[in-house]
Amino acid sequence: MTATATLNAVEALRRRYGADIAGQQTADGVPTCWCPRARIHEMLAYLKDGIDAPYKMLYDLTAIDERMRLKHGAVQSDFTVVYHLFSFERNAYIRIKTALQADALSVDTITDLWPAANWYEREVWDMFGIRFSGHPHLERILMPRSWVGHPLRKEHPARATEMGPFQLSPQKEEAEQELLRFRPEEWGMQRGSEDTDFIFLNIGPQHPGTHGVLRIVLQLDGEEIVDCVPEIGFHHRGAEKMGERQSWHTYIPYTDRVDYLGGVMNNLAYLTAVEKLAGITVPPRGQVIRVMLSELFRIISHLVWYGTFAQDVGQMSPVFYTFNDRERAFAMIEAICGARMHPNWFRIGGVAADLPRGWDGMFRDFIRYFPPRLAEYDREVLRNRIFQARTKGIGTITKDLAIEWGMTGSGLRACGFEWDFRKKQPYSGYEQFEFDIPTATHGDCYDRAVVRVEEMRQSLRIIEQCVNHMPDGPYKSDHPLATPPVKDRTMHDIETLITHFLSVSWGPVMPAGEALGAIEATKGNNGYYLVSDGSTVSYRTRIRTPSFPHMQMLPLLCRGRMVPDLLAVLGAMDFVLADIDR
Amino acid sequence: MTSPYPIVAIIGILVVALTLAAGLIWVERRLLALWQDRYGPNRVGPFGLLQVLADMIKIFFKEDWIPPFADKVVFIVAPAVIVVTVLMSFAVLPIAPGIIISDLNVGLLFVLGMSSLGVYSVVLAGWSSDNKYALLGGLRAAAQMMSYEVFMGLALMGVVLLAGSFNLTEIVAAQRHVWFVVPQFLGFILFLIAGVAETRRLPFDLPEAESELIAGFHSEYSGMKFGMFFVGEYLGVILISCLITILFFGGWLGPVLPPVVWFLIKMMFFICFFILLRAALPRPRFDQLMSWGWKVMLPLALANLLVTGAVALAWRS
Repeated sequence: MTATATLNAVEALRRRYGADIAGQQTADGVPTCWCPRARIHEMLAYLKDGIDAPYKMLYDLTAIDERMRLKHGAVQSDFTVVYHLFSFERNAYIRIKTALQADALSVDTITDLWPAANWYEREVWDMFGIRFSGHPHLERILMPRSWVGHPLRKEHPARATEMGPFQLSPQKEEAEQELLRFRPEEWGMQRGSEDTDFIFLNIGPQHPGTHGVLRIVLQLDGEEIVDCVPEIGFHHRGAEKMGERQSWHTYIPYTDRVDYLGGVMNNLAYLTAVEKLAGITVPPRGQVIRVMLSELFRIISHLVWYGTFAQDVGQMSPVFYTFNDRERAFAMIEAICGARMHPNWFRIGGVAADLPRGWDGMFRDFIRYFPPRLAEYDREVLRNRIFQARTKGIGTITKDLAIEWGMTGSGLRACGFEWDFRKKQPYSGYEQFEFDIPTATHGDCYDRAVVRVEEMRQSLRIIEQCVNHMPDGPYKSDHPLATPPVKDRTMHDIETLITHFLSVSWGPVMPAGEALGAIEATKGNNGYYLVSDGSTVSYRTRIRTPSFPHMQMLPLLCRGRMVPDLLAVLGAMDFVLADIDR
Repeated sequence: MTSPYPIVAIIGILVVALTLAAGLIWVERRLLALWQDRYGPNRVGPFGLLQVLADMIKIFFKEDWIPPFADKVVFIVAPAVIVVTVLMSFAVLPIAPGIIISDLNVGLLFVLGMSSLGVYSVVLAGWSSDNKYALLGGLRAAAQMMSYEVFMGLALMGVVLLAGSFNLTEIVAAQRHVWFVVPQFLGFILFLIAGVAETRRLPFDLPEAESELIAGFHSEYSGMKFGMFFVGEYLGVILISCLITILFFGGWLGPVLPPVVWFLIKMMFFICFFILLRAALPRPRFDQLMSWGWKVMLPLALANLLVTGAVALAWRS
């Protein structure tokens, strides 16, 4: 059903806007088409509101610098702007591309269609220097304002050693600080109303409540938040640019550090895309090991969130209890992977090694140990009256608005929308597991907490099924592109030896093409959009992270509230700065 | 009943109170650790007891820095105010028969007055720091104190009615047969809550809510001036615990053991309760706290006073 409906989407576009809309075959089967630059706004508007079963969510918006490509497609383009939309009715993505030539790098903004496009367009401007005409505030977002050049352009250096030594003279320091000064007028803000002067308060970049280097500028009337501007980019490390230098295999450890609480879950998102490009099917044992470790990391990530959220609303103790439990989970991760937070354990085609002897004992202990702890936290946190008073009715959002802003994960489910990509678009064998999708009804901070707590129970259910039904067989595919390649025959025949040598020294060569691998990560939908030019490195690595659109919603969630509510909203959002800035 | 050797009593109570306040830092850290499945300070000296000493040495030798933008005089005076006002209150506390500095006949009023003055410390610190976080903290402190002072005094009027005196020694003496916590249970609860608010400890630590305001009113303080706020807070905890003991739990009264020991046992019990409270509860929002104070606590305190008054009147006539 999905296939016919999505075919119709491109067909519907052709029927309406003429047959010159070029289609494109992709490795992930997401319907892809090229639309003329002048009509992109009109066509996206049609996809959002005109078509049957519309694409209500702007899933991602990014660009590709195509000037260095060896294998050009049918459409000649210097820079390509790529829109990913998602339709919940169709349960399908659609990819719309528009070609820009180097002498006219500009396209109409779609911020009037999707408010969520605001930050995405700023990011594309920042990274590629593509202008979006009509954008309300086209300013750099991840890089400092003083930055010269657009980092994701191919001519921009990728390593510090290519740029000369960094020096910070007192004058430069002063200038940089001056650039960071907040000027309300730039954001269309008033400095006061008839009867009050507003305070502008910097929360961050160094602040105990922001969970990292995040800056939020509050416009305050007393303690009431009139408006706020989240400023991101302090944690930006160029993860996407690094993807263009690292081989397909050696990029895996970098993914660990994107959502740094999600560990191997990041590997999974990346490898889902790589394996689509390569056409690799992971053997059942590999799949189940992946699911088991990913779900354990979901629990680990949620435990950090649980404790810190309680701390954000002033409760001191739970964070120690949840970190204790997290330590137990880390002990299991360490026993299997040898590392804790960033195990870098998944490989193209499977996992790095088989499970150690006696692994199931640890898991069974944990499965017995953990539910009573969760029940205790329920009594201590969720059922606490002060906690409820602090979180109920705060940061409320409706389902439609949440979709409009690109919200995924627990936040969306807290609005009463039963949507989990593990169930709706199963990957890595999730269709074989029994688990429920927890939902809530009000879409406020409290409901987000309830949903996440229940998710931990469901994850534990999945882990239990993994432990009880771990299949036998290989833990890694014997596909020639799987890494590191299987070695047991290298000493017997020269062909295998050569393949092995090339694959280890250069890294595997992925067939040209592109693929989106998107999973239900700890914080929402995490997707890797990879473009291969038929080389040992990725041509473009795009990381769509859930925290980015979530953080963009912050003003929406806390306008008219008090300063303490801001902290409750931030805590309930469950973001990670590296997941926002990459 | 004032102590025969006033200087000895003054020095004695001063030393004990300050040592206790410093020791409480260790007690609090160890107790919190115990409740939170961790160790707490256990390296310096036996059981980590010398940690306090180490902290004190550090804090004494830290650079005494005043931010250039602060209002210097007020900035320096503010931390002193809190310590002075709390220590003054200790002057009228009857620890045991004969151990009291000044047996004032309006002792209770004196204590209430001093604790109201203590608020100035926080408000002035917040204001003089010229820092937005400190200012918000100071504002919160002012609003919080205003709403909680009111019923704090009212909650105690029941005790005064029953004892027929503002003199703390006489209040203790009046509890020879039954502790006032029995007839004045509501008053006790109200005073306990107001007392926590008075010392600005969780769940009433809004003026310094660390996840929102970093350190609130004392964001800009460091070194010994910060230490004064710290000691002031612990002295406040001791003071409120002493008051609860004196007003509702019969002060030094108790069988077998010497009066001082009874007093200290009861006091320590409430100190531990304060610490446990911090380990257990989240922090309500500022407006919730205010409306709770005015809409729930104040009417309850008034009702308590009314009923106690009526009963006392009926009893005597």
